[in-house]
Amino acid sequence: MKKLLSLLPLICLSAWAADPEFAMVIKDHRFEPAEMRVPVGQKFKLIVHNQDATPEEFESHELNREKVIAPGSKANIFIGPLKPGRYPFIGEFHEKTARGVIIAE
Amino acid sequence: MLSSAIIVFRETLEAALIISIIAVATRGLRARNAWLGTGIVAGVLGSLLVALFTGKIADLAEGMGQELFNAGVLGLAAAMLAWHNIWMARHGMELARDAKQLGQDVSSGNREMSALALVVGLAILREGSETALFLYGLLSGGEETMASVLGGGALGLCAGGLTGYGLYVGVLRMPTRIFFSVTNVLILLLAASMASQSARFLVQADVLPSLASPLWNTTWLLDNASMAGRVLHTLMGYEAVPTGIQVVFYVSTLALVLAGMRLARIRPTFKPAL
Repeated sequence: MKKLLSLLPLICLSAWAADPEFAMVIKDHRFEPAEMRVPVGQKFKLIVHNQDATPEEFESHELNREKVIAPGSKANIFIGPLKPGRYPFIGEFHEKTARGVIIAE
Repeated sequence: MLSSAIIVFRETLEAALIISIIAVATRGLRARNAWLGTGIVAGVLGSLLVALFTGKIADLAEGMGQELFNAGVLGLAAAMLAWHNIWMARHGMELARDAKQLGQDVSSGNREMSALALVVGLAILREGSETALFLYGLLSGGEETMASVLGGGALGLCAGGLTGYGLYVGVLRMPTRIFFSVTNVLILLLAASMASQSARFLVQADVLPSLASPLWNTTWLLDNASMAGRVLHTLMGYEAVPTGIQVVFYVSTLALVLAGMRLARIRPTFKPAL
């Protein structure tokens, strides 16, 4: 039991530190890369850098996420753990061009 | 023009549905229109401020300021709605019997109206700030002319407002017998919906575990991106792909408010002889 208890902080710590990071940028109202592959069953941090001079809203009904990203700033969005599949997302303020998909595999 | 009309309509509709439910629920309360008007004006001014400081808010709490802000706004609104329903459980009968008598209880009525005016303000704050940012982006991006953006925005605003007004008139025309049950249920679902959305932002900020993401997927049945999906999302918190913790928040809110309403009803209120 004691052994288990002493392991507990370690487990928590590793769970804390283990979230992998993925980065994408918004430029000319488009996501780059527009297609991103992520591991299944693992929470990850998506970092979106809006390089445009206008605000954008990262939105995905499939991922159940929405976040406004101010011009020139980086947004961190925690996503997952995901089941295998395709998860489309859009920039709601420029829906015509700002489209992409996260593929969990 | 069309894109600004569509986005403004979407955001306006969400706020308008919430406002119309609150307008229905506060029918007969003293100085209702003045309170609702205050809530609307405060909400519009507040949303401009939030839009102006979007970057600053987002940078708070190690980049999670926006999520925590939204979760806080939604949580506060849910609490106010819950309190309203429990308050109505005690006073609703008097209201149905004699609107004037309740109207004379100024301090109680004012407290009640200020809580609901706050919900109106918070609803506009959330939807309005996004709308302002979107329109600002369209204008500064030089993609459309000022007249086109503002024309589209006005069109969307009118369409959204009219839909909300339609709901208001529809519920008002219900027979008195079921009127209070209907408004109770509408407010209850709205509170649970906001609690669930608040949980979603806390998951996005990595403050709460998702428990299961998603717990189920009913996109094939009703997509959240569709019009019906959006309306049901606002009115009763419909989610095609909810996380487990959202369902926990939703059900707990329903249970707590229902229990509170029952408790409030059991305690007899003192009534002077007429």
